[in-house]
Amino acid sequence: MTLLRAHRLPALAALALGLMTAAIAMVFFYAPLDADGFNQKIFYFHVPVALTAYACFGWGAWKALVHLWRHSPEADLQSYVAIHQGVIFGVLVLLTGSIWARYRWGHWWVWSSNQLVLFLLLFLFYAAYFMLRYSVEPGPRRENLAAVYALFGVVLIPVSWLAIHLAQDIIHPVVFTSTGPHLGGRELLTFCVSWAAILSLAACLYHVELAGKRLDARLRTLRELLA
Amino acid sequence: MTTAEKYVTAAYLVVFLVVLAYVLIISLKLGRLEREVAELEELARRRRDAEPERKAVAIG
Repeated sequence: MTLLRAHRLPALAALALGLMTAAIAMVFFYAPLDADGFNQKIFYFHVPVALTAYACFGWGAWKALVHLWRHSPEADLQSYVAIHQGVIFGVLVLLTGSIWARYRWGHWWVWSSNQLVLFLLLFLFYAAYFMLRYSVEPGPRRENLAAVYALFGVVLIPVSWLAIHLAQDIIHPVVFTSTGPHLGGRELLTFCVSWAAILSLAACLYHVELAGKRLDARLRTLRELLA
Repeated sequence: MTTAEKYVTAAYLVVFLVVLAYVLIISLKLGRLEREVAELEELARRRRDAEPERKAVAIG
């Protein structure tokens, strides 16, 4: 257990690499083509990336709550890194979704789709988090403001998730409904492996960035001590 | 290559390029941290050299 904890980052990177390789192989050689044709292969990365972005925002909000509760600067740092990851995955959701839409709908973006607009709103909300964070001097005030903002944003996640089910337009495909996933066995397995791959990639990038931020903070302290 | 294949390739390339850009940014940051560590190392070494040598004093 101690050995695993000591080598958490290399282990996560190896897991992400293995799962990503398996996911790509399954998407192209194992999952059957459905009515959407070859273009449906985008779904295996687009949806897991979207779910991972939600997970990152959720994790960021949880860490923000921990920060407000315990006044821990480490929790604030973790919240910041998680939201940063969420925004990166949000960019990927918007880009891969636009490419899919261009082929299927003939447009890069459709403003009439509630889910698309709500996801964009969620993305812009979290993009503004960085503007707020860097407009305030470092310290407890900045940490508290950022934490409250991160907690407000998390409310948008269930709204964005539910939008597809509540929307009147059926322009965005619905795969996961209250009756379960509308996927065959091989498609569902490929989807699960893809999601695990993206989640492990996100976890790996999260720990890499967090290690960098911690090192940065320690170097700053060392510089102050040596000054 | 069909149109659908082109779009799928583009989508996967986008994911790959964004992750690659992220790795590039992180590697640039690591380079900066490495330079900072070298600077602090140099500062600590200069401090040590500037300190007057301590003389050995017999106790007792």
